[in-house]
Amino acid sequence: MTVREFIEKNDLQIITEGDLEKEIDGCYIGDLLSLAMSRVEEGQVWITIQGNVNIAAVAALTDPACILLVDGRGIDEATKIKAQEQGINILGTALSAYEAACRLFQQS
Amino acid sequence: MAEKTINLHYTIDGNNFTTAGQASSNIKKVLKQLGVYPEAIRKAAISMYEGEINTIIHGKGGEANVAISPETITIVFTDNGPGISDIDKAMQEGFSTATDEARELGFGAGMGLPNMKKYSDSMTIESQVGKGTTVTMIIKLN
Ligand SMILES: Nc1ncnc2c1ncn2[C@@H]1O[C@H](COP(=O)(O)OP(=O)(O)OP(=O)(O)O)[C@@H](O)[C@H]1O
Ligand SMILES: [Mg+2]
Repeated sequence: MTVREFIEKNDLQIITEGDLEKEIDGCYIGDLLSLAMSRVEEGQVWITIQGNVNIAAVAALTDPACILLVDGRGIDEATKIKAQEQGINILGTALSAYEAACRLFQQS
Repeated sequence: MAEKTINLHYTIDGNNFTTAGQASSNIKKVLKQLGVYPEAIRKAAISMYEGEINTIIHGKGGEANVAISPETITIVFTDNGPGISDIDKAMQEGFSTATDEARELGFGAGMGLPNMKKYSDSMTIESQVGKGTTVTMIIKLN
C-alpha cells in the first residue's frame, strides 16, 4: 500500500506533503525521540503524538514513509516548514495509535 | 569513498532546539555523496543526532568535528557545560536528568548515549564536572 492509498482508505489529513507514492512497510509507535531514532525503519509509518520540530529531524534521518499524528494532534508552524523543506509526509487523524495501527495491519 | 580525509566543523547553539538535527542531516548528505554504504550512513547519522541533542540540552552548546577518511568516520563533540559526574550511570539505558521542558519535547528516554554506543564502533567520554564533556565516536567503513 502507498501512503496515498493509506490516506484515502482512512480519510487522513495531509499536514505536509512529500512523495505520497512511497510504499508502506510496517509501523513503529512511540513519542520518545531517541527510541524512535533507533527503532523507526525506512518505509514504516511512524505513529506518534509528538508534534514539535524534532520529529522532522528524526524522520529526515530514519526515512519513514510518513509520520502519522494521532489523537487529533497537530504540529507547529516551524515543524511544518522544516518537514515541507525535507519532503516529509506528515498526516493527521483523530484515531488513536491503536486504532490506526490496527487499520494499517488489516489493510496491508 | 573519500580519497583523503575530509574535515567538517559544526557549531552547536545551546539554546536552539529548532536547529537540532542540522549537523546530522548535513553529514548524511555528505556521506551519501561520497558513496558510503547505507548502514554506515545510518550509524553515523544517529550517533551524530544524539550527540548534537546532548550537546544542546545538557552541554549548553558546543561544537562537533567530523573527520571522514577512507577507513573511518570520527565524530567528536565538545562542550563547556556542567560535565557528567558518573559516566557509568549516564551510560545506562533509561538514565536521564532531562528537564521537564526537554521531556515535553520527547527527549529524556535516557537512550541517547546507549544509542551512540550501539551505533558506533567505539565511543569514549571524557568529562570533568564544572568544565565540560568530550565524546568521541568512531565508525569503521570497511
Ligand atoms: N554533554 C553532556 N553534558 C552533561 N551531561 C550529559 C551530557 N550528555 C549526557 N549527559 C548526561 O547523561 C544522561 C544520559 O544521556 P542520554 O543521552 O543517554 O539520555 P537523555 O539525553 O537524558 O535522553 P534521550 O537522549 O533519550 O533523549 C543525561 O540525562 C545527562 O545527565
Ligand atoms: Mg540524549
